[in-house]
Amino acid sequence: PGRESPALVLARPRGGSGPARRRHDVKTRTVRSNLLLPGPETEKPKGSPLASNRLKTTKYTALSFLPKNLFEQFHRLANVYFVFIALLNFVPAVNAFQPELALAPVLFILAVTAIKDLWEDYSRYRSDKEINHMECLVYCRNEKKYISRYWKEVEVGDFVQLRCNEIIPADILLLSSSDPDGLCHIETANLDGETNLKQRQVVRRFLELDSEFDPLKFSSVIECEKPNNDLTRFRAYIIHTNGNRDGLYKENLLLRGCTIRNTEEVTGIVIYAGHETKALLNNSGPRYKRSKLERQMNIDVLWCVLILIVMCLFSAIGHGLWVWQFSEKKKPVFDVPGPDGNYLSPVLASVYLFLTMIIVFQVLIPISLYVSIEIVKICQVYFIHQDKDLYDEETDSQLQCRALNITEDLGQIQYIFSDKTGTLTENKMVFRRCTVSGIEYSHDANAKRLAMYQEPDSEEEETAPKGVTLSQRDSICSHQSVKAVHRSQSTKSHRRTGSRAEAKRASILSKHTAFSSPMFAGLTPPCPHHHGGTSLSHSTPSAPFCHHPSSCIFFFGFLWFLFSKVRVRFELKSPVKTIEDFIRRFTPSRLTAGSNNSSSSSLATSKSMHRFGSSLLSSTSTESTLLKLEEKLTYSVQMNNNGYSAQQEKRAIESGPEEGELRYEAESPDEAALVYAARAYNCTLVGRLSDQVSIELPHLGTLTFEVLHTLGFDSIRKRMSVVVRHPITDEINVYTKGADSVIMDLLLPCSSDDPRGKHQKKIESKTQNYLNLYAVDGLRTLCIAKRVLSKDEYACWLKSHLEAESCIENREELLFQSALHIEKNLHLLGATGVEDRLQEGVPETIANLRKAGLQIWVLTGDKQETAINIAYACKLLDHDEEIITLNAESPETCAILLEQCLHCVESKFSSNTIENTSGDMRIGFASFCTPSSSAHSKLGLVIDGRTLAYALDKTLENRFLLLAKRCRSVLCCRSTPLQKSMVVKLVRDKLKAMTLAIGDGANDVSMIQVADVGVGISGPEGMQAVMASDFAVPRFRHLEKLLLVHGHWCYSRLANMVLYFFYKNAMFVALLFWYQFYCGFSGTSMIDQWYLIFFNLLFSSLPQLITGVLDKDVPAEVLISVPQLYKSGQNMEDYQPHMFWMNMIDALYQSLVCFFIPYFTFYDSDMDIFSLGTPITTIALFTIILHLAVETKTWTFFHWSSCIFSILLFFFVALVYNASCPICYPPSNPYWTMEKLMGDPMFYLTCIISPFIALLPRFLYRTLQGTLFPTQRQLGCQLHRWPLGTCNHILSKLKIKKKSTPQKHPFAEPSMQNPTSNVNPCYKVSNENISSQVSEHGSEPALPARTRAEHTKVLGAAASPQGPLLYGEIKQSSLASNEERSFGFHEVTCSTSEMESASVEEMFPWNSTIDQSDFSLLKWITSTPLFSRFGRVLQLSSNSLQNETQNNISPPPPPTPVEHSIRPTISAFTNRTWYLNLCRKNVSVAK
Amino acid sequence: MAVNYSAKEDADGHPSGGLGAAGGGAAKTRKPDNTAFKQQRLPAWQPILTAGTVLPAFFVIGLVFIPIGIGIFVTSNNIREYEIDYTGIEPTSPCNKCLNVSWNSTPSCTCTINFTLDHPFESNVFMYYGLSNFYQNHRRYVKSRDDSQLNGDNGSLLNPSKECEPYRTSENKPIAPCGAIANSMFNDTLVLYRIDNETRIPIHLNKKGIAWWTDKNVKFRNPSGDANNLTALFQKTTKPVNWPKPVYMLDSDPDNNGFINEDFIVWMRTAALPTFRKLYRLIERKNNLQPTLEAGQYSLDITYNYPVHSFDGRKRMILSTISWMGGKNPFLGIAYITVGSICFFLGVVLLIIHHKYGNRNTSADIPN
Repeated sequence: PGRESPALVLARPRGGSGPARRRHDVKTRTVRSNLLLPGPETEKPKGSPLASNRLKTTKYTALSFLPKNLFEQFHRLANVYFVFIALLNFVPAVNAFQPELALAPVLFILAVTAIKDLWEDYSRYRSDKEINHMECLVYCRNEKKYISRYWKEVEVGDFVQLRCNEIIPADILLLSSSDPDGLCHIETANLDGETNLKQRQVVRRFLELDSEFDPLKFSSVIECEKPNNDLTRFRAYIIHTNGNRDGLYKENLLLRGCTIRNTEEVTGIVIYAGHETKALLNNSGPRYKRSKLERQMNIDVLWCVLILIVMCLFSAIGHGLWVWQFSEKKKPVFDVPGPDGNYLSPVLASVYLFLTMIIVFQVLIPISLYVSIEIVKICQVYFIHQDKDLYDEETDSQLQCRALNITEDLGQIQYIFSDKTGTLTENKMVFRRCTVSGIEYSHDANAKRLAMYQEPDSEEEETAPKGVTLSQRDSICSHQSVKAVHRSQSTKSHRRTGSRAEAKRASILSKHTAFSSPMFAGLTPPCPHHHGGTSLSHSTPSAPFCHHPSSCIFFFGFLWFLFSKVRVRFELKSPVKTIEDFIRRFTPSRLTAGSNNSSSSSLATSKSMHRFGSSLLSSTSTESTLLKLEEKLTYSVQMNNNGYSAQQEKRAIESGPEEGELRYEAESPDEAALVYAARAYNCTLVGRLSDQVSIELPHLGTLTFEVLHTLGFDSIRKRMSVVVRHPITDEINVYTKGADSVIMDLLLPCSSDDPRGKHQKKIESKTQNYLNLYAVDGLRTLCIAKRVLSKDEYACWLKSHLEAESCIENREELLFQSALHIEKNLHLLGATGVEDRLQEGVPETIANLRKAGLQIWVLTGDKQETAINIAYACKLLDHDEEIITLNAESPETCAILLEQCLHCVESKFSSNTIENTSGDMRIGFASFCTPSSSAHSKLGLVIDGRTLAYALDKTLENRFLLLAKRCRSVLCCRSTPLQKSMVVKLVRDKLKAMTLAIGDGANDVSMIQVADVGVGISGPEGMQAVMASDFAVPRFRHLEKLLLVHGHWCYSRLANMVLYFFYKNAMFVALLFWYQFYCGFSGTSMIDQWYLIFFNLLFSSLPQLITGVLDKDVPAEVLISVPQLYKSGQNMEDYQPHMFWMNMIDALYQSLVCFFIPYFTFYDSDMDIFSLGTPITTIALFTIILHLAVETKTWTFFHWSSCIFSILLFFFVALVYNASCPICYPPSNPYWTMEKLMGDPMFYLTCIISPFIALLPRFLYRTLQGTLFPTQRQLGCQLHRWPLGTCNHILSKLKIKKKSTPQKHPFAEPSMQNPTSNVNPCYKVSNENISSQVSEHGSEPALPARTRAEHTKVLGAAASPQGPLLYGEIKQSSLASNEERSFGFHEVTCSTSEMESASVEEMFPWNSTIDQSDFSLLKWITSTPLFSRFGRVLQLSSNSLQNETQNNISPPPPPTPVEHSIRPTISAFTNRTWYLNLCRKNVSVAK
Repeated sequence: MAVNYSAKEDADGHPSGGLGAAGGGAAKTRKPDNTAFKQQRLPAWQPILTAGTVLPAFFVIGLVFIPIGIGIFVTSNNIREYEIDYTGIEPTSPCNKCLNVSWNSTPSCTCTINFTLDHPFESNVFMYYGLSNFYQNHRRYVKSRDDSQLNGDNGSLLNPSKECEPYRTSENKPIAPCGAIANSMFNDTLVLYRIDNETRIPIHLNKKGIAWWTDKNVKFRNPSGDANNLTALFQKTTKPVNWPKPVYMLDSDPDNNGFINEDFIVWMRTAALPTFRKLYRLIERKNNLQPTLEAGQYSLDITYNYPVHSFDGRKRMILSTISWMGGKNPFLGIAYITVGSICFFLGVVLLIIHHKYGNRNTSADIPN
């Protein structure tokens, strides 16, 4: 049977490449049918046998559990240490306690962990068993049919038959399918969470078989690669008996864990089984991350070790001296000689004592710390899970903590790196506009449709086809689009807040049909509008004025065709019957031909048709022909998958749209949006075979195209292409879709001499123009281009491509090269714009997170303008913010740009610093380095992918960081996944900052993995991000509560607990240390060994656990309403290095008190050791618990009961223990001590006073600090204490106060004036610096630079989605700037009031002055964004948008002769604008 | 779902159930329960430590502690205590001659110290011997005993615990009682006389009732057998090296002989600190008319057997009355008074602070 035989000599039909290949054979496995009788040539297995399909995820067996588990536990250094100490206790010379007893805590800890492991293993065992005993059909040779077997009995080489909806038991090569086309659909939700169906294909040669597949006749041999975990790769050959060899791809492999869908029966041979399946190889356990707090804690644990060693050394030396002082005289009676009767020498005694002391003081290293922290974290995770605010009703999903041990990191985040699409936005795409051949077609109706999406589906179905909209837009100003965006937003929120039932319904719908909610079905066709037309959009239900319908439709058909991995789900009233993947074949020329035939070809669109590179022209002139064409292009829906259902559907479609609803499911929401749009334009159905696509057009007939190749999307190429053969002209066409920046680079350079080329160029520039407009509207853009291949070219390419495809080793690489080869010299066809709406609550969340001192970077793959606009929409960028844009074409320019920006920014900052220092005592500059304080720099940085690549270079990264650090928000556009992770890594490593990455898609995985905390959004783009994340949230807005509340709590709880732990142990151990002074440093412990060992474990652990789990330093409402409180976590206020030492000192003091009060009380009395030790223990316990009480901020029932319980438990244990046995527990026996003590009033008197004295300083400190220098958190708590009404009143008053505070405050008034007078000169200086620098550059002959006014009115105007008011303001300002724009640079004096507000927060930093409480309020006030209206936008370097708008507005600048001429622009706008044109770089110059 | 291969993943709660078609059937919502516990909204008390809130506590503590302290202090002061150091370091001391005695020196060195009590001791008087610089709490010393043997276990009697090494066996016989503690038992004899008109009237010193009841009756027991014939019980054992006579000859009273000899029991309860006292005898008040010890001349006869000079130890004899709080110790009373006063003072300070600054927060926060 199928065995792995590395040296197996396969009959290689093309075995020419003998030895070289053979070496690779080691890396392959050979699978044969198990049904073949083992012939003589099939050797017995040489290597390890192949894994069977039995699943065994358990780690242990009954026998191996103990040794294996112990072995694993001893990987923890702490465990080894404690076992070492316990064993040390068995050495008589050094032992301190009863040896067996000393083992107890270690055994306890080990046992707890072991039980936990055992339980986990048992549940794994049960789930294994369940899975192993699932049944499937396996072909049996003896019975000659498929019989039912358990999964675990399936072996490699078996033939398995699967029915619809069955789960695939192993990785199976698909050999036969009931589907006539040899297709099989699987759902991979179990693997990657993607709910769409994936298509698998029968191995080609078996597809060609006419007869039913018979496993007995299968005699081929499959040679495949060794098992690996790459889900997207499968490389193998099948070698038939006749010697032919076929390549096998991942399309032929059914992966274990997936579910068969929509296919009645499939048969295949098992290739990988059990643990060698890709699903299992991918199944790595949860990650282990160590949190920042834990790292810090580990340092302090090391300090504890050091303290321990010092204490032991001290004791050892002390003992040595003590022994030495008696050495000259006769030995005293109390110095006991060793068992042999000889006295130890002082040195030896010291050495022994050192070891003894390690045992005695072992408590200093908290054995239970790690266990306690784990318990606390588990409880914290539980509470986070249970938070109903983090539950999303729409998707019925809640937050998941996938990493259990970094909860407290959530409270210390400084940088958030966010993906844009799907994270900030809904990732529910709505097609909005497209450009075809330079002519724009708007689709504003979608916004209205969305607004109306509260109506029943059927209604929408009816209205959908009628809602044809004509919209004509001003080419520059997007008046209506601003409104539209606004409207759609408002209606969306309305919908969200609508009735729950509706939301539920929507959720159910969206659950079943990933992106195909009916709202997409209501798309209405766009119509082109006149270039430069004036009429506003209006709806004309019956009479569409489409002027270039054919090109429009071509375009859509084309879109559809390209977005090939679309699944159609046709829903009748009955459940889903067929689902089909298809590719639409549809070429413009063919369609043109069609329309030509049907209508009289005449008019103006011929030109546009021409641009498509086809020979035929078509146009329509009259309304009637137009309508006719429309009708013709109305497709019916057809299912090619199963003939019967196709027919049925056809009928359904014909009979009326209400009866059935067509749903598309696509891999990405963009695709879904586009195919729905296409459908709305009646470019509907396509049937598809694996390499052939037919489309039926009722009036044009069915067109069948041959898809020759599909070059899939990858993130490096950022595009996707399809090679098709035209059905009529037989031309080979390559269609490429991709990001505009990518496509534009690949276009065929056209000379301006040739009229066609000129025309093409015009199209390109117009399309680019529109693309920029789309981006300004926040639309996602895609470009589509085409290339016609000659037969020779194709043949040539085909050869190399086939070679690449058939290569096992470097297949991906070669395919990539091959794709690069063909994707060039393209002709631009057009572009689309798809809108992605913001998620609910995103702007508020961002605003709050920012108030919390978090710096938010958005890393997106989208284009710059889109990203900027989304950033404005979600309040990431403010309109009064300066924006620095870095676009460089080469590393050198990038370096220079960075340098200039830094210079500019720094000069600005230094001027601010002067103000700061003059106005206040604080030093401003140093603190700029911390991200929280950079909040008062109102700068935004925008950088594109290419520049980012340069900036991330080793030489520039520091400058880039320096600049980025100064900016309030950073926006990285067009960044690849790798760049995303590099940026995160850079910040994490260089700034030593805590980073959080949040994303939803596969492209965010690397970033999520790199960041300290990775958050995945369980959105529609699959589960890959969630799989990689530490926390998964349903929505972006949940981040707010997760960080601000839970993060803060977790951090403060754990920090307090860890500090308390150190304190507790140090305090307890110090008691013993003081005693050493009175027992000759002999290592005696006056505390009974039982108390000593169980003190941590039993008596003092519960209250601290309760506090660690339940304490709330500030209530949740306050944390949310005053996000600034989050900064305490960022600044590690709860656990700073000095706090460890403060706690140690406090522990020292407290232990002194707890030791010496009993000491003096019982000095020179007849107290025996344990009669002294027991009160000390009791006092210590009281002190420790009361200490916790002082530190506890919130007392619930649990706190009370845990404290009381602990104390009662101590007395109970002590009483029972002391009464239990008069002769046990050698070497010490505290018999009846406690009982005796409890009859002694002195015991109580001592126990009462000592904790008071011990805690007085801390209590007093807390009180004074709370009174005189309350922290923000304490103020927050006070805020909370007032009744709700008062609280709200105050909060609202605070907002009012914001404006009046500067006047009210005595400090503010005089110092306000300073900056106003100071700043302007400062700015002047800085500006002059810049310009002089520029002119330096300009004076160099090689770099002729011009300073020139740059007009950014378009950007400014369109970039305001905030409604007409703001829009008007900006427009006004830009008008104003219009008048002044011819100046080299100019500035408008900022009004005093604005300067005041800007400087307030710089003037009054949060600092420990006497009047701090006042200042703190002021800080709250001033740090709110409302208050800071002053800002500037500074834009360095031109971007393509500006170029284009300039081309429109003013004559284009003459091309600069020198490459890389630096003409970066610093332009700025605000409501009072100043512009400065520094230098400018021409995009067109750079190649 | 079949692919949840590990329980861990199950616990993580993959939403596969929600998204996958297989889980579509069950419409169970994952919405967390809205309970006070789960939403962390338990009724809670949030104390805020400010001057205003804590100052009553300071006053209360002050007001409670000061009277307690005064009470303790007064009680302590009422306790009569008289202490004689009879180590004999000073050449003038009558015991100076015995300074360098060694264990088992024969004949015993005796000395007599006369002293005067200025005040009568009204109630029962406890007679202690005190040792200084004697580290009875040394780790190896403390361990060097066998509680089973002392509890009368016959097995342990003949085969004492290893902890007793090197005082476990002597001359191939097990030592009873074994160990360093027993071996170093205090063996001075103190006899007290009242000198009344040149005559020495011996004062009755009660040697019973000085040990803990539980020690005497539970923890320490003679080996089982005929209690009146201790010699036979201990015949297979030998005396500790330093002892002049075996354990069954500690006292003539069979109730106070052998392991249950109270002097022995008291000694075996190792002292916590190097300076300690141990109860030696009780002087009971005879009647209510007369003080236990009248003011006047007394004489202490010491049989000086216990060498302490080698390790600079001191030996004392202490006469003390006791109260409910034990022996004389003014420390705790002073501590209470001090702490009470400090609290009171701090209360005042906090009051001032509160008056000056405390109101400001609230008034500043609430706009007029």
